[in-house]
Amino acid sequence: MKENGFHTFKIAKADNHKRYQRFRVKPLFTSMKGLATVVKKWYFRGVVRKRNVNSLYVNNFISSERKVLLMANGSKQIVDFAKIKATMADPYKHPVQVIDREGKVVDPDTLAKYSDDQLVDFMKKMVWERTLHEQTMNFSRQGRLGFYAPTAGEEASEMGSVTAFKQQDFLLPAYRDLPQMIQHGTTVAKGFLWSKGHVEGNQHENPNMLFPQIIIGAQYVETAGVALGIKKNGDEDRVAFVYTGDGGTSQGDWYEGVNFTSAFQAPAVFFVQNNGWAISVPRYKQTGAETLAQKAVAMGVPSVQVDGMDIVAVHEVSKAARDFAAAGNGPVVIETLTYRYGAHSSAGDDPSRYRTKEEEKPWFDADPLIRMRKVLTDKGVWSQDQEDKLVDEYKDEFKQAMKEAEAAPAQKVSDFLKWTYNVPTPAVKKQIAEFEAKESK
Amino acid sequence: MAKMTYIKAITSGLDQVLNDDPKTLIFGEDVGKNGGVFRTTIGLQDKYGEDRVFDTPLAESGILGLAIGLSLTGWRPIPEIQFMGFTFEAMDGIVGQLARDHYRFGGQKNFPVTVRTPFGGGTHTAEMHADNLENYFTSTPGLRVVTPANPYDAKGLIISAVESDDPVLFMENLKLYRSMKDEVPDEKYTVPLDSAKVVREGSDITIVAYSAEVNESLTAADALAKDNISAEVIDLRSLSPIDTDTIFASIDKTHKVVVVQEAQRMAGVGAVVASDIAEEKIMSLDAPIGRVAAPDSIYPFAQAENDWIPNADDIEAKAREIANY
Repeated sequence: MKENGFHTFKIAKADNHKRYQRFRVKPLFTSMKGLATVVKKWYFRGVVRKRNVNSLYVNNFISSERKVLLMANGSKQIVDFAKIKATMADPYKHPVQVIDREGKVVDPDTLAKYSDDQLVDFMKKMVWERTLHEQTMNFSRQGRLGFYAPTAGEEASEMGSVTAFKQQDFLLPAYRDLPQMIQHGTTVAKGFLWSKGHVEGNQHENPNMLFPQIIIGAQYVETAGVALGIKKNGDEDRVAFVYTGDGGTSQGDWYEGVNFTSAFQAPAVFFVQNNGWAISVPRYKQTGAETLAQKAVAMGVPSVQVDGMDIVAVHEVSKAARDFAAAGNGPVVIETLTYRYGAHSSAGDDPSRYRTKEEEKPWFDADPLIRMRKVLTDKGVWSQDQEDKLVDEYKDEFKQAMKEAEAAPAQKVSDFLKWTYNVPTPAVKKQIAEFEAKESK
Repeated sequence: MAKMTYIKAITSGLDQVLNDDPKTLIFGEDVGKNGGVFRTTIGLQDKYGEDRVFDTPLAESGILGLAIGLSLTGWRPIPEIQFMGFTFEAMDGIVGQLARDHYRFGGQKNFPVTVRTPFGGGTHTAEMHADNLENYFTSTPGLRVVTPANPYDAKGLIISAVESDDPVLFMENLKLYRSMKDEVPDEKYTVPLDSAKVVREGSDITIVAYSAEVNESLTAADALAKDNISAEVIDLRSLSPIDTDTIFASIDKTHKVVVVQEAQRMAGVGAVVASDIAEEKIMSLDAPIGRVAAPDSIYPFAQAENDWIPNADDIEAKAREIANY
């Protein structure tokens, strides 16, 4: 059942990894029910014990780790660091996949859970995001946008994940996550306004989201606070979800965010969209760890790698993670293996300076739209005609959105001053008056 | 009304806000069972429970992230950064995020976070425990910075800080924690977040100071009085914004001024005060603006600090020089 080095759900369930066996951890939390069962078992064995549902901490780890040490009486162990190093990534390096790069369904059982309508909707969303990418690149060339991070290649990762969340879930995006924000409840025009540096681009119909974070990692520590706030409010069926990239996992804030959320067992899903590149620095230069998913184990957080070019796999894993977190089991980390087709941003990055066509090609071939197009065409529910029409519709939508964004009155210095404080200081009040006088001329 | 130390007054203020507003939360390193390393939050976890007063993992950036995320979900966080030197680890949280978030939401969301942190020299602590780092924060738009110099203001200011919908950095002076007692009302009262206070009236010279240097300035004023130099002492209380009205009114009366700070001289709060005075009141001055500040070395932790921190003698000498100009 191994397909191109990927594991299907079934394989993953059957696969046991000896190093982790004694903790009864299955290698992938492909079955969230399964993981919940394991956690329950831990609970009754006293490994994880919460005093009550609202208790802030996982309490008994310290005493249990100490107990192990006190009970050890001369058992001989050979520590083989080479072996530990060689095998430590084993539970994490088999990305979940449903549809492979050829468009072949490798996990028909999982695919069968999705109706044709749902699959068509996935495809539409990916076509929408790809068209948005192309249109924004045009707008950028025309000088009509500010900072914009291209998203081509990441459609399955972004649309597959965001569609697993509910309106009440709180989204903490980074700068490459405008498409998810729009899906979660804002308009394309707002996205453009954000890119153009307009504060209205941060005011969304769905209040459950932050603006795209520029400081890589800051959104991760803030997620800990949102998740703890959700827990403290006793909100049912609500989680925080957050995105960063492969480079983002090197930030201290990445660890602090996941670790705080784990310490408080708060409901959050942490996404790492591993697109292979942090501007010009390749993923392998970020860490000696074989996978990014495995970083979560140090914080006591379950994690998984998923084929980030397979929207069904991404959605399936995201939904399971959301359910797990929303049920009060603490956070989850998901690493989506995807690829940034274009430049880091619209501000002059040129990938040909640091990567080759040979490297890019297999990823372009693994395109999330190509494989989904094949599945849907085989089912007889998709046609090129239909897709072309959609693309035209979306283009019109984006052009209209740009007109809307361009119609917004330009930001004034007095706007910045007015919103710097809730209660402006005397000096700021004076400056507001000065600038308003200038601006009215 | 009871006699209270500065630290007890802060505890009393925190008790008040926890009692009045069920959305307030105190958290940080060791603030729970231990009541903080200085016991500022002592008894509060017992009284309000672990849900309201709790320990966090040991990471300051995480603590600020927690505060911002909690305000996004309707809470009023009062995080503690154990020593001001540790705020460097939370710099993005305080300066890069918290102070800017009100703007970023176009004024639609408030971030009512009060970051408490102890600072100030003279107690022979380890490095990074006593530094006066206020100038890093007073140059941050969107953030208010306050620091009380006595127990009465400590309680009133902490209550105002927590009730403020703007983020506030609340600096607590280590040396003052237990070195002075004041009459402090048991009931709730507030001290405005943006007003200086004339703590001693005088007619010959104005001394502007804040935090522990206010007491040093009062001692200097006593000494000057013996030579018939009448010094007016102003406690800034708020370092951002600075209440220039109170300072200017005093200068109109005395026509001479000395600005005092414990921090290094370079780019400090005293420099801002001096430049504001120079810009607005130079024609009212009969002498140059005097400045008293620590020298521009890193904080000389433990061994040399008593020689480094400006004291009453330094202030008296400078005030005498300006008064006799």
